[in-house]
Amino acid sequence: MGRTEVRDGTGGTGDAVIRLDGVCKVFDVYRRTGLLRRERREVRAVDGISFEVARGETVGYIGPNGAGKSTTIKMLTGILVPSGGSVRVAGIDPSRERTRLARRIGVVFGQRTTLWWDLPLRDSYDLVRRMYRVEPARFRANLDRCVDLLDLGPLLEVPVRQLSLGQRMRGDIAAALLHDPEVLYLDEPTIGLDVISKAKVRQFLAEVKAAGATTVLLTTHDLTDIEQLCERVMVIDHGRLVHDGDLAGLHAVGASERVLVVDFARELPAVDVPGARTVRVEGPRQWLSFPASASAAPLVAEVAARYPLVDLSVREPAIEEVIARLYGDRASL
Amino acid sequence: MGVYRAVLAGGFRRYATYRVATLAGVFTNAVFGMIMAYTYIALWRVRPHLGGYDETQAVTFVWLGQALLTTTALMGGGCETELINRIRTGDVAIDLYRPVDLQGWWLATDLGRAAFQVVGRGVLPMAVAALLFPLAWPSSPLVWLAFLVAVALGVVVSFAVRYLVALVAFWLLDGAGVVILSNLVALFFSGMVLPLTVFPGALGTAARVLPWSALLQVPADVFLGRAGGAAGVLGRLAFQAAWAAVLLGAGRLMQSVATRKVVVQGG
Ligand SMILES: Nc1ncnc2c1ncn2[C@@H]1O[C@H](COP(=O)(O)OP(=O)(O)O)[C@@H](O)[C@H]1O
Ligand SMILES: [Mg+2]
Repeated sequence: MGRTEVRDGTGGTGDAVIRLDGVCKVFDVYRRTGLLRRERREVRAVDGISFEVARGETVGYIGPNGAGKSTTIKMLTGILVPSGGSVRVAGIDPSRERTRLARRIGVVFGQRTTLWWDLPLRDSYDLVRRMYRVEPARFRANLDRCVDLLDLGPLLEVPVRQLSLGQRMRGDIAAALLHDPEVLYLDEPTIGLDVISKAKVRQFLAEVKAAGATTVLLTTHDLTDIEQLCERVMVIDHGRLVHDGDLAGLHAVGASERVLVVDFARELPAVDVPGARTVRVEGPRQWLSFPASASAAPLVAEVAARYPLVDLSVREPAIEEVIARLYGDRASL
Repeated sequence: MGVYRAVLAGGFRRYATYRVATLAGVFTNAVFGMIMAYTYIALWRVRPHLGGYDETQAVTFVWLGQALLTTTALMGGGCETELINRIRTGDVAIDLYRPVDLQGWWLATDLGRAAFQVVGRGVLPMAVAALLFPLAWPSSPLVWLAFLVAVALGVVVSFAVRYLVALVAFWLLDGAGVVILSNLVALFFSGMVLPLTVFPGALGTAARVLPWSALLQVPADVFLGRAGGAAGVLGRLAFQAAWAAVLLGAGRLMQSVATRKVVVQGG
């Protein structure tokens, strides 16, 4: 809290398109404890989250299952009312003016479809055009672009129920973009997709991002999505933001380590260098672990000065490991 | 308005894609129509003018029932199962997020379905019946027109009831039981089992003023010229329209309560 209230309808202060301020969502979950008795339990799905997303940004929103990602997105579309805090998307309070906002945002829920099951893909797009009152010329241009980039040409006349999951997802993503939304929420758009479909979706989102007109909030379990699309990533766990920054910063927060792999001229006992730990020895090769936030240069100089060095390489930590450690820390609190 | 017209057209095309199912349905209609027609004939021979119908009118009533069976969803089978599924799986959240009205969307879908079925499942059984039995046809084009209006209103009333039934799924985990109960009630109180005019006393009176009579009894009476002149026909149509308005209104009310529940409690 403590921030000034946004009053204009243009997107608030600065260039923030999405603003969350101390947002909470508490669900009441009932559990039967007897024939007529039931026990009420509160689930704090989102527990005091604040962030802003600037116009044109593509932000990754990640976290373990049940962390509160979908709940956040639902509040951002207006289909869930926050229990506390304030939400503004394009200057609009989503739950108050859901329909007005709907015309300005696009949503893809990976596990659900907005397409007409029994009818050809094209019919769903025609419906989108009418629903959002998209000008025919603009609609045609947008559709052509999506069909081209997402390879939908051969699928337009196919009933949606006959599409594969990957094809359907591409169809859904196109449907979410035909009305030129300012903001696009993608809730696990690559879940369950094969490698090729994932690549196509990513490539398409990279194009959307390059065009710069759309603000994208992307939820995913596939960290490759994040690495390829987002310079900024937010990590949520148990309803709280545990990280908001770039990927490099995520490494620092996750207290992750890089590994210096050195090949010596001959077999040596485990070397002892300040600022690093020798974690593995295998013949003349040794693995030295050091903090990801530290520079490798002094370490390399030290090793080279003291030992007969033949070759070396630095291994970056896999982002999966970083995240796992981040979640692990929170879980042990 | 364009959206709802497109949704209606989509509803029509969806059902039109299932041609084999439609033909199988017509066959079933024909078989059941025949069984019921001979049963009615036997009954009317014993009790002539039962319910005020002569034998030809009674047989025509049977075939109108078959023709409207799927159109006004006398045994269910409209959009309600799909809507219940969407509520159960949470997909209804997507429907809520769209800039269209939920009830309007499903009404349009159901009208599209009915428009297909009045052709696909209505005309063919009547044609089969016309070959096998003498039928009591409307006396003028105006009666035909009134009949079509009565069918359209019947579809709206039928939808309005089924929409209310489907919305129960927001509160009950399993909506199937309510649907079965509702279908049974519709089957009896529409006149599908026997014309409602046959039932004496309080039961008959109640059956004739309940909304389900709008689904078959009223259209059939208009068709058979038993609504009693222009004023009588208009009265019947007004009766249907009144129920449509009341039930759609109740649906809106329940929808807004359900929406609030979803939006606040998350389903
Ligand atoms: N409608 C609901 N009713 C009760 N609990 C819910 C509801 N929706 C989500 N939750 C709970 O809130 C938490 C966050 O869920 P969700 O936002 O779906 O997580 P994520 O998308 O990150 O996997 C979970 O513990 C989930 O069980
Ligand atoms: Mg989720």
